[in-house]
Amino acid sequence: MKTKCVLAAAVLVGAAVPLAAAAAEAPPGASSCSGCHPARAGVETAVPRLTGRSASELVAQMQAFRSGQRPATVMNQIAKGFSEAEIQAIAAWYAEQH
Amino acid sequence: MTPPTTSRRRFLKSAAAMGASAALLARPALAQAAPRVVVVGGGFAGVSAARALKMLDPRVAVTLVETSRTFTACPFSNGVVAGLRELSAQQFTYDKVAADGVVLAFATAEAVDPQARTVSLSDGQRLSYDRLVLAPGIDIRWDGLPGYNEAAAARMPHAWKAGEQTLLLRRQLESMEDGGLVVISSPANPFRCPPGPYERASLIAYYLKTKKPRSKLIILDAKDAFSKQRLFQNAWKELYPGLLEWVSLSNGGKVTSVDPATNTLVTDFARHEAKVANVIPPQKAGRIVELAGVTDRSGWCPIDPVTFESKLHPNIHVLGDATIAGAMPKSAFTANAQAKVCAAALARLLRGEAPAEPELINTCYSLVAPDYGIHVAGVYHPVNGVLTEIEGSGGVGPVDAPRETRAQEATFANGWFATLTSEAFG
Repeated sequence: MKTKCVLAAAVLVGAAVPLAAAAAEAPPGASSCSGCHPARAGVETAVPRLTGRSASELVAQMQAFRSGQRPATVMNQIAKGFSEAEIQAIAAWYAEQH
Repeated sequence: MTPPTTSRRRFLKSAAAMGASAALLARPALAQAAPRVVVVGGGFAGVSAARALKMLDPRVAVTLVETSRTFTACPFSNGVVAGLRELSAQQFTYDKVAADGVVLAFATAEAVDPQARTVSLSDGQRLSYDRLVLAPGIDIRWDGLPGYNEAAAARMPHAWKAGEQTLLLRRQLESMEDGGLVVISSPANPFRCPPGPYERASLIAYYLKTKKPRSKLIILDAKDAFSKQRLFQNAWKELYPGLLEWVSLSNGGKVTSVDPATNTLVTDFARHEAKVANVIPPQKAGRIVELAGVTDRSGWCPIDPVTFESKLHPNIHVLGDATIAGAMPKSAFTANAQAKVCAAALARLLRGEAPAEPELINTCYSLVAPDYGIHVAGVYHPVNGVLTEIEGSGGVGPVDAPRETRAQEATFANGWFATLTSEAFG
């Protein structure tokens, strides 16, 4: 994972690198997603990864789930738990992850 | 909540300013300056918290205390009971956890001193912490059901902690002759994995239908309602008519005692002599939280829903099945979601910052047959100090979904297990 490599590099350089937040903190709700949408590559699941997808695409999908325009089993129920602003923050965060 | 003291924060800041060469010279002082977090319990909650915290802030010294070197996952273990998969598919090591920089202590936590902020381990170590995370899962309440004790569990397995008990129940089913009676007793709320007893009943019924079709399965229940009830009952009608019977509390289903000598489960109205008896007994939070003094009279742990800090002792956080988590069920997914929220809160608290208001998701699948999956989902946030389901979110799927949807959900269920175990142990 790219994030991990960056972290490892930061550790090697040691205290010369600012000790502040090594990984950007996820906005409310975002950290739960990786229970189903794998953070790592190579996991055997039909559920797609979210990392590195464009924010506008993720927002559009969530809106479609929420309105029922895109049929789903679980995501329509989960999308209804998030406001427009929350969805945008989550999407923007995932777009930045690798 | 007690954030790190000002002097400590100042020291951390100056240590950071010293630079790499100074850091090497001043190693002992720096090592002491790194915030110390001890996590007790290497299940979904504990492992996820340890790894997420290390990822968010690598300078935090994270130690994970766990008795066993192999983790055996409960989700999907009903498939092992029913002979659909092997126990090895449930087992994971802590190698990847250690590779993330989490220090592993393979020992049992035996005491917590909340004042001195130390945890004593069975190997004689005493670990100091700035923040302690307790994620011990459940313990069986051995005094909760007359006649049921550790010796009885060797005859009437609970199989509610995956491992030997899971295999014992499977062997009993395998050696039962066709035409035998299997009885499952399901406890009152709260307990680990609310849909678990009904998934187990379903998969055992599947085993009986395919291998021993003259047999019968009865669920004796201490409740009148249960998780995903309509979906389960619809599926039972369709898949296992005449084979699987659910006896609710109102219909006399509550088991009041058991007799292991005769494999009998006793209710107020009847005695059920089973060929195979699976007693899912009353439960409580794992032992260490009791020793740490963070359980209330219910046997579970009241927590702050933003930080998962105990309401009874500062600097001790509790995660997963051991908690009283409002509307969030005791599931592996919940444990993982709570762990990541707690890790983010810890990272902030250790920097002296205020934690952010979280939102959490739970998603649980159950298999009613290998190609028939159902789910329950929910989105939660704190309301007046209690984790509450967000209105309009979550729920179960439609009762009348077509079989293709059930098959698709079975596929999603398998993916769920792969992803969750990958995130925790991969």
